[in-house]
Amino acid sequence: MHADPTGVLTGTHFLNGDQACCEGALAGGARFSAGYPITPSTEIVERFSKRIPTIGGVFIQMEDELAASIAIQGAVWAGAKAFTVTSGPGFSLMMEHIGLAAMTETPCVFVDVQRGGPSTGLPTLPAQGDMMQARFGSHGDYPCIALCPSSPQECFTLMVRAMNLAEEFRTPVFLMMDEVVGHMTERVQIPPAETIAVTPRKLTDKAPGEFRPYEDSEDLVPPMAHAGEGYQFHVTGLTHDERGYPSMTPATQAKLIRRLREKITRGMDRITQVEEDNVDGAEVVVVSYGITMRVAQRAIKLARAEGIAVGGMRLVTVWPFPEERIHALAGRVRALVIPELNMGQVALEVERCARGATQVIPVPHAGATVHDPQQILDAIRKGAGR
Amino acid sequence: MSTAETPTEMPLCEQAPGENPICENPVEQFLRTDRMPHIWCPGCGIGTTVNCFARALLKTGLDLRKVVVVSGIGCTGRVAGYVKLDSFHTTHGRAIPFATGLKLANPELTVVVYSGDGDLTSIGGNHLIHAARRNLDLKVICVNNLTYSMTGGQAAATTPEDSITTTSPYGAFEPAMNIPHLVAAAGATFVARWTTFHVAQTMKAMQRMLTRRGFSFLEVISPCPTLYQRRNQMGDGLDTMKHYKEVSVSNNNANLAEIGMTKSGQITVGNFLEIERPDYLEAMRAQLRNRLQERYIEVGGAPCQN
Amino acid sequence: MPELASRREVAAAPDAVERELTEIRVAGFGGQGVILAAQILGKAAAIFDGVHATMTQNFGPEARGGACSAQLIVARHPVLYPYVTKADILVAMSQEAFGKFVPELKQGGLLLVERDLVRIQQDLPERVRTYGVPATRIAEKLGKRVVQNIVMLGFFGAVTEVVSRKAMEQAVLSSVPASMAALNKDALQAGYEVGRACLESRLPASECDQIPEYAAWLD
Repeated sequence: MHADPTGVLTGTHFLNGDQACCEGALAGGARFSAGYPITPSTEIVERFSKRIPTIGGVFIQMEDELAASIAIQGAVWAGAKAFTVTSGPGFSLMMEHIGLAAMTETPCVFVDVQRGGPSTGLPTLPAQGDMMQARFGSHGDYPCIALCPSSPQECFTLMVRAMNLAEEFRTPVFLMMDEVVGHMTERVQIPPAETIAVTPRKLTDKAPGEFRPYEDSEDLVPPMAHAGEGYQFHVTGLTHDERGYPSMTPATQAKLIRRLREKITRGMDRITQVEEDNVDGAEVVVVSYGITMRVAQRAIKLARAEGIAVGGMRLVTVWPFPEERIHALAGRVRALVIPELNMGQVALEVERCARGATQVIPVPHAGATVHDPQQILDAIRKGAGR
Repeated sequence: MSTAETPTEMPLCEQAPGENPICENPVEQFLRTDRMPHIWCPGCGIGTTVNCFARALLKTGLDLRKVVVVSGIGCTGRVAGYVKLDSFHTTHGRAIPFATGLKLANPELTVVVYSGDGDLTSIGGNHLIHAARRNLDLKVICVNNLTYSMTGGQAAATTPEDSITTTSPYGAFEPAMNIPHLVAAAGATFVARWTTFHVAQTMKAMQRMLTRRGFSFLEVISPCPTLYQRRNQMGDGLDTMKHYKEVSVSNNNANLAEIGMTKSGQITVGNFLEIERPDYLEAMRAQLRNRLQERYIEVGGAPCQN
Repeated sequence: MPELASRREVAAAPDAVERELTEIRVAGFGGQGVILAAQILGKAAAIFDGVHATMTQNFGPEARGGACSAQLIVARHPVLYPYVTKADILVAMSQEAFGKFVPELKQGGLLLVERDLVRIQQDLPERVRTYGVPATRIAEKLGKRVVQNIVMLGFFGAVTEVVSRKAMEQAVLSSVPASMAALNKDALQAGYEVGRACLESRLPASECDQIPEYAAWLD
């Protein structure tokens, strides 16, 4: 199905990433958001609170991020598509409910506009330091999907995609923005509603009495029911069986945790989005994501001007990690260069997936600004043996 | 002093010809019998409150398909798992914000928050205050057993001074939180307190909450014979009922500032407060309609399907 | 597509791989409409002229009065690096902004100042051309001081050619409330006229008061 035209601001706009993200949420069908103000993410819900009353939906500013991150889940079970937005300190507070969403299979989107950390860190300046927190921040084993936009246009497009993936896999999805992308203003094209694909919620067609909220299905994503429709179902953050009832046995735990993981692994082909630029025949490939991808491209151009055969691999989806793609690439190049606005997080994954087949050169950066392209250029030269 | 009375309006035991002549509990239709036995200890008061809740629901004649129960974590948090309604067992302290999302995305729902004192007033205290301030149309039932029971009887924000718990082995010395006073000050529009001895009053208070609009709060003082009563030499469940009967004073006009719980002193009970003011959704709709006129699209009861 | 005039003189720039781009810094103090000015300029380029533009703004914790600046990159190709490395054009609307950002101005770059608020006390990079406009005074004479940023935009449009006149006007009108359209149009027009007069006179900024179109705004 396609987007509801009421929420789609078709046209060419000059928007920052935060504003574009809000438009993506609306186009993706979000009709509920709960938030708590935090720089540099606040502009997303400021815009949502202004737009939503004339579209049909609700915004509520909650008392903290714990409340915001669970209010959206209540709204989802009442039938709405919902999302919340935050930045580092708030993301830390939301971890508990990211686990709840993963465990109860509540489709929802968390937007993290990353700023410098740890703690209060750099409220108005960029970093990409929450990448591992998105992957492993909540306790226990759970899968996750994370997308990294590198422009306001992508904040729109990937927010629609995040909303869709959440529904398709019944899982929390992260849109991992950063301060630069969030506050950067560029041209954003919003297409007509009928060209924007929107994934409908997977709802049960069974009658009350026959419905089992977590029953096995072929794609491992069980159909949902909404509260108030007569199903009288139970949802719990405890380990639960197919009926949704608590069951603390090793067998139930194993079955549930394996299915949660497997549903994402099995969907890898539909989730993974990777862009390659002249990877074939490259001596060195720069693997990057988010705003760093753009800075890396400048470094790549400079390196090519020096005659180095350098390619680029850009991770649009960072989680689940494109393990096989990286492994295959590692066997063909002299080095992989990983610039990121943290002290080396995704670089660890690249190193793991390269399995020793090539040299992995991290280009860490503490944040507060983007890399100087020269730093990445130096790593490319090193990788190429110049 | 109030006395307990058992409601008699409930059909007790009806037997159709040819059916198994075993008498069924009339409350059973509200329970997930496939989840019995429950986890609650003998003498625990939570089951009594659930009984009252089921009877109150029956009396209101509400469409049970539209009634939702949300719980947090703890012994009372398990209520959501036993009632045969759409029910959500959420995270510790966060039942109220989850319920907030449910109610706002589908205002047709009657949303009940059923949880314990530790969950609602300590870890979830901030949410309690803000939901009351918003006058959000939630029916909050707080079973207060004065301790953290699920984890083995630690001191709570509600533990009366001098009480022995596992983390106050020489007696608690922090003043106990006076919950009715707190929620009234925060803006609740219905506030009551009863004990599990006062089943009729508890049921009536629940009935009132279920049929009125706005933030409604009921505290039910309830025994934890296994962990609180035992350690404080207060006897078993039955002894506690006798104690409640002895020390309870019903006063709807009580000064809420003066009704904090003590270890063995008077328990002031009553329907303390009921006032009218626009609830969150009414206030939101009025404000937006006023500012946006016909551009405002009101959220109806029908949830969006995608 | 407009001619990217200011780029003509910087062909030997170090970032030669991304030729055809103009790096602009707009700076002043909070409340002068600095961010809006950069936004309108970016919109004119990205939406109405159909080239690429990336705007970023620098935030300080103070909402009013503090230093405030925006960066805008205008290019024929998609912009990669989002920040100014060496500014081709610096628009300085306060003394503090001038002092802070003039060191990043490129040799041969353009300096545009609010002439009543900025005194050029320090040495400029080589071959920098300077233009000054009494934007605040002009705005006050037109009726409202708040349109000082739009006067500056008109002046910018006349002396730089980064965006077309038509695009600039469309961008201004689509960014201000309809009730303020006439005033903003007048402000833009006044800025353009003063700018064109300065450019045509070929006089240094310090001597522009001699130009009748310029002097008319000064008494």
